[in-house]
Amino acid sequence: MSSFLTLSIVQSALELGCIYALVALALFVSFSLLNIADLSTDGCFTLGCAVGAVVTMAGHPFLAFFAAMAAGVASGFITAFLQTKMGVQSILAGIIVNTGLYTINLMVMGFSSNINLFNTNTIFSMAKELSESEVYRSWYKIIIVVCIVLLVCVFLAWFLNTSLGLSIRATGDNEYMVRASSINPGFTITVGLCVASAMTALSGAVLGQYQKSCDINYGTGQVTIALASLIIGESLIKKGSIFKRVIFVVLGSCLYRFIVAIALRMNLPAEALKLVSAVIVAIAISFPYLKEKAGFYKHRRDVMRQASKNV
Amino acid sequence: MLQITDISKTFNPGTVNEKTALQNVSLHLDSGDFATIIGSNGAGKSTLFNAITGAFYVDSGRIVLDEEDITFKKEHLRSKEIGHLFQDPLLGTAPHMSIEENMALAYMRASGKHSLFGRITKSDKERFREHLALLDMGLEDRMKNPVGLLSGGQRQALTLLMATMVTPKLLLLDEHTAALDPATAEKVLNLTKRIVAERNITCLMVTHNMHQALELGNRTLMMNGGNIVLDVSGEERANMTVEDLLEQFKVQVGEQLDNDRILLSK
Repeated sequence: MSSFLTLSIVQSALELGCIYALVALALFVSFSLLNIADLSTDGCFTLGCAVGAVVTMAGHPFLAFFAAMAAGVASGFITAFLQTKMGVQSILAGIIVNTGLYTINLMVMGFSSNINLFNTNTIFSMAKELSESEVYRSWYKIIIVVCIVLLVCVFLAWFLNTSLGLSIRATGDNEYMVRASSINPGFTITVGLCVASAMTALSGAVLGQYQKSCDINYGTGQVTIALASLIIGESLIKKGSIFKRVIFVVLGSCLYRFIVAIALRMNLPAEALKLVSAVIVAIAISFPYLKEKAGFYKHRRDVMRQASKNV
Repeated sequence: MLQITDISKTFNPGTVNEKTALQNVSLHLDSGDFATIIGSNGAGKSTLFNAITGAFYVDSGRIVLDEEDITFKKEHLRSKEIGHLFQDPLLGTAPHMSIEENMALAYMRASGKHSLFGRITKSDKERFREHLALLDMGLEDRMKNPVGLLSGGQRQALTLLMATMVTPKLLLLDEHTAALDPATAEKVLNLTKRIVAERNITCLMVTHNMHQALELGNRTLMMNGGNIVLDVSGEERANMTVEDLLEQFKVQVGEQLDNDRILLSK
């Protein structure tokens, strides 16, 4: 390992990559499959973190994950309800829920903008006690987050190949087909958003225990970062089974963290993080388009060269 | 099988864009009837189909399918029993999902045999393969391919297969071969004839081809201005020529048929 990227930087990039990958997977469901831009992501992430932190403080670090996911499902349900039953446009529904969640999150956190878990047992502190070995001590965090992400990936891949999962994928793929099939788009959108929001909230809860704290601003900008991870992951693989695509979304998230880590190593101040994120997102989104353009220019050059040879 | 009584539909009522698309239309189809529908643009053919499938609710009248009043039944519930093919071959299938997954969706919804968390089983795959083999397009060996890679004709044939895999009570074909090249259109049409005849499916088909209108099925309907203006079957239809049909149009509608597509395809 070069001195530029130390082991601890690589490790924390992997750890954060896996934790935030859950949000990218949520956008994979809502944005890639359902074709809905769910802007409640930021608030939902903090919601998961807050609920998780409160339950963890009560002494149930495992239960915290399920509580966070249940809160996520509730948030996703409200977003979907506004869209499917109240005639609110999907982007507006997300913004409305996101705004409302800010207050809800403060309420969950007991009207404080910050909670710390330093004196509380988390799954990380509990796992740390399992062994004294130095190797284990430096890798146990990665083992935990990889296990969580793998579990979610396996569940998601299984779910998206069930009858219900297929219906959800069709809902975002061809509106006309759905209307002519006996798929109730209101139902599939609701289930899809609930699953997505549960993953977002789970991500928040894991991050809270990982950072030993919860802050009302943890969620800010999550949707952009997750979108960047998702697009990086999807541009790495054009087609393939759902499981492959899901795994590549996780890889995309890890790659994004590496890019950020490298950017920060170039002596950029930590305040520049959001700008760096925005630039990476812009590059990631335009990359496939630019690649196609470059292919065309190369093709044109080859044709011209061939033509001038023949003259 | 299908009993439509006095249905009407006006779009944008009370505005300058007000358009009466259906005016007291009544239609009765017996089980196994195969009726073709002709009429110029804006005659109400597609509107009639959309009223039957539930894309909108009618302003007045009743629609009864197989002794069940479906006038206010939701669209996604009606589509369990009604197959609908559009002119655009891209509308009937999900492009980013594989052939197998598309067929599974169609099969699961219509057969009612799968739970929400059911998966595609080996026997499902075998069934899909057998159905695809009937198309004779080699699709049975490409079941994992995304549907977006197929040609328009292949997609329309697949859509037809999906709509009829579980025999629907009613099949609506809205010019489903019009956007295909002649050879492919012929193939899809032959397939349609075979499937409809084999399963004795009650079927309504919009066409702009006068020959098809007389040759296919057992009834010919003509629509104009939101009404059914002509309904021929049996011997009268058997003796009818394309010229007679055009003449009838002039008599019924009181004007020359102004549609190039109809005139050119006679």
